[in-house]
Amino acid sequence: MLQNRIMPCLLIKNTKLVKTIKFKNPAYVGDPVNAIKIFNEKEVDELLVMDISDKRALQGPDYQFIKTIAEECFMPVCYGGGITGIDQIKKILQIGIEKVSINSALLYNKTLVSQASGLFGSQCIVVALDIKKNWLGKYQICFDSGSKYLKTELGDYVQEMESLGAGELLINNIDREGTWNGFDIELIKLITSAVRIPVIAMGGAGKYDHIRDAIGPGKASAVAIGSMAVYQNKGMGVLVNFPKKEFLNEINSYKIN
Amino acid sequence: MKTVIVNYGMGNPGSILNMLKYLDINAIISDQFSDIESADKLILPGVGSFDHGMNSLNNSGLSDALSEQVVIRKKPVLGICLGMHIMTLTSEEGSIMGLGWINAVTKRFRFEQESQLKVPHTGWNRIIKLKDNAIADHLDDLSKFYFVHSYFVKCDNKNDVVCKTNFGLSFDSVFAHENIFGCQFHPEKSHRHGMQIFKNFSKI
Repeated sequence: MLQNRIMPCLLIKNTKLVKTIKFKNPAYVGDPVNAIKIFNEKEVDELLVMDISDKRALQGPDYQFIKTIAEECFMPVCYGGGITGIDQIKKILQIGIEKVSINSALLYNKTLVSQASGLFGSQCIVVALDIKKNWLGKYQICFDSGSKYLKTELGDYVQEMESLGAGELLINNIDREGTWNGFDIELIKLITSAVRIPVIAMGGAGKYDHIRDAIGPGKASAVAIGSMAVYQNKGMGVLVNFPKKEFLNEINSYKIN
Repeated sequence: MKTVIVNYGMGNPGSILNMLKYLDINAIISDQFSDIESADKLILPGVGSFDHGMNSLNNSGLSDALSEQVVIRKKPVLGICLGMHIMTLTSEEGSIMGLGWINAVTKRFRFEQESQLKVPHTGWNRIIKLKDNAIADHLDDLSKFYFVHSYFVKCDNKNDVVCKTNFGLSFDSVFAHENIFGCQFHPEKSHRHGMQIFKNFSKI
């Protein structure tokens, strides 16, 4: 049977590896290819590569960079950043990337999800949602680093994405991102109880217990780790790393979500 | 010793080449007849649909060239995912005949609407080794591999099945028939265990 997954999330800015806190202040942490080589050795389940370069939305994906990533990785890769059209997705999949993550395009072209999953299969279409609680404590779906948001109810929206053909949902809580304070389990539960497709929890992983919570009570199929994968610990120096084998075995022994 | 990764426009063979390079296995990506003729071993990669893959091989004349090397000259060949499927006789995915190098057919996963199992079968899964074969040396039931597929292979002859994998049903995840090998998973995306498949293939 399939297994729960833990995946490092690499943020890319102008082909350099960076790490943000609450989507702000990208700090340089190194060279992505070096990091990938280490993740190859650590045998990570899957890799998320998100290109957050300022110009990405206007210029579209950097195919040369994506090709380098695809060829270096001995594991499946999900790429996100600047994807707005079918042709771009086709090109990225042809380069040898397994999955693409769609986010900003949802603002004006939700049908991209149905078109893409119809053409390439839902297994390669990941819908990424950035979530923030407003001052009333209500979850809102945000775009463009949190500057725009939707009025749609979150539960309705994720169900719509599922019916459009999204293969997986990547759920990020902006206020947790880079904080080491743990995932928003309430949010993860809300999503996993609304849809049947796999949910990837993101934003806030700081220790093994956070991952246990997301996969256990949260019922996420996978977790994405950012800071934990590139820093030694909170407030400490850069160290590309991944949870220990014993912990991975423990996560693999959990019921499959 | 030269391995040729056959480029027939289905998916990018770059990640296979990269893993072979890492393992110091001499390989090139090519769609040229001369390379296929001079190859010692062949790898048939592939992501995409059965008919599209077969059309591409038939229209370029590569299917005849490959069949000559594999069936008559008995060169070892490894088919990966769609590359494995097109070695079979037919597929429920298409209407065009496969290469027919092995007595097997390609079928679709069919689960009830209510089933928890989602097609395509995507993710890490294990193998169950049924018999010893050079292609599966040093692999065991704990070896995990990355799968992405909606169709699977069913061998007619049980002796050709080296490994099975469970996903709703038990399907043939590795087959071997003389010089013809196929694997359903993507060794190039399966770390150490995937490398083992390529190492094994390079020693055959």
